[in-house]
Amino acid sequence: MDMEETPLPGIGVRREITLATGRRVGVVVMRDGQIELIVSEEDDPDACAASLPLTTLEAAALGGMLGAPQLVAQLTDQHSELPNVNTQQFVLSSDSPYADMTLGDTHLRTRTGASVVAVSRAGRVIPSPGPGFELLAGDVLVIVGTTAGLEAAARIISEG
Amino acid sequence: MQHTTLILIELGAIFIGLGLLGRIAARVGMSPVPLYLLGGLVFGAGGFVPLVGLGEFGHIASEIGVVLLLLMLGLEYTARELVTGLKGSWPAGVVDLVLNFTPGAALALFLGWGGPGALVLGGVTYISSSGIVAKVLTDLGRLGNRETPVVLSVLVIEDLAMAVYLPILTAGLAGLSFWGGLRTVGLALLTVTVVLLMALHFGPQISRLIHSPDRENFLLKLIGAALLVAGLASAMQVSAAVGAFLLGIAISGSTAHSATKLLEPLRDLFAALFFVVFGLSTDPRTIPPVLGLAIGLALLTSATKVATGIWAARHAGIGVPGRLRAGAALIARGEFSIVIAGLAVASGAIHGQLAALATAYVMLLAILGPVATRFVEPLSRPFLRRRKAQPTKK
Repeated sequence: MDMEETPLPGIGVRREITLATGRRVGVVVMRDGQIELIVSEEDDPDACAASLPLTTLEAAALGGMLGAPQLVAQLTDQHSELPNVNTQQFVLSSDSPYADMTLGDTHLRTRTGASVVAVSRAGRVIPSPGPGFELLAGDVLVIVGTTAGLEAAARIISEG
Repeated sequence: MQHTTLILIELGAIFIGLGLLGRIAARVGMSPVPLYLLGGLVFGAGGFVPLVGLGEFGHIASEIGVVLLLLMLGLEYTARELVTGLKGSWPAGVVDLVLNFTPGAALALFLGWGGPGALVLGGVTYISSSGIVAKVLTDLGRLGNRETPVVLSVLVIEDLAMAVYLPILTAGLAGLSFWGGLRTVGLALLTVTVVLLMALHFGPQISRLIHSPDRENFLLKLIGAALLVAGLASAMQVSAAVGAFLLGIAISGSTAHSATKLLEPLRDLFAALFFVVFGLSTDPRTIPPVLGLAIGLALLTSATKVATGIWAARHAGIGVPGRLRAGAALIARGEFSIVIAGLAVASGAIHGQLAALATAYVMLLAILGPVATRFVEPLSRPFLRRRKAQPTKK
């Protein structure tokens, strides 16, 4: 994958990647910090099908949404030196007994030794959630533990 | 009525008028420059409502307007952007200069306006309006397009060329001898190079010298430095505007950013006055005789700008629709063409019709440029599709 940075003299800078399909996706960052999301057109790769101004908050949310899987990969990478420690993400489905309950209610740490290091919700990553953290259906739990611990955690999350 | 009282009333009326015109311009999404010129024409000598007595104040205010226009232009760029732009796109810059300076210069010579006239009209047709182009590209959501950096780097080179062109113009208008002119140009080139090098290496230090966390303090230092540098440059025959431009380049980073914010309203005020005063000095009755010429010149130099854009974009590996978009984007002429014509008028060394021609020309292209940029895509699409479809028929 190629990340390209093109200066736009007097305006700012364009950062983009060319996708496997050949289309360009990226941002134009103006000199006053304003961000525009750009997506290239299909017929004319030089033109843009969309260029959407984003607020800082919106840009961060979009970044989080796109970056959550990356977070897991990063954590896995960090633990790669430690044998038998893994990171995995689990989606809290709506029929889970713990939807609308707190993280402490799961007693996950005590029962499995694995711990929830982050929750990704609606594009935002909440790091190190405490026992009082309220879980919602659709949350992505990023859990670190041993292989056995993670298997047990998966069971608990889905079945209780 | 007392003289000052009259000036206050006139200025008030002018600014209110400009405000209304600016509102109309904003509503239809066009540059206010042609409307300001029109305002000046209507109120000026021989206009519908003669307005006199602005005299000295109008003259100095429009001079400050030019200094601020060029200072802000310099602030928009960092020295590094200028150097990389120059390194990467100088062939496009040369094509641009040859294609667009020649028509104006040739017409002036043909009309018998002599060397200085050719120098002025060539400059008027050469320089695109970076202000109008940047605004139109932003409004049309074309900042992410691949041809946009190509367009912008052509503009960068044009703006940098101003720093060399304006001293030559000043020398030419002052009727300096060949050696005198050469000395001025040499001095200008040396100054530009030194300032660029200083800005590259000592940009942060220069910025720190000017910067102040206090808004009022910062504004005074900034304006003071700009006028001082402009005055010194003018005394050295390098043109006041160039001094301000170079100062703008030397100021960089966050200082440049906050300076832009601070100066914008002042620039708008004084630049508007500059356009009006320029319009005021032009008798509207001189426009109709040169209108045909202005239209011809506008069409010809639109074509040459399109050709420039097509060449530059093709050079950068852009497809056919992108090349046309780049070409159309470059058509708009505006504030800097008027700055050039204004310098010429102030010197009194050129033919009287030139101001009328430049006014009509800029008014045409400041309006036509954005319109062409907007509609080049839908207009060219059917032709391009037919071209694309042909090979598949075989």
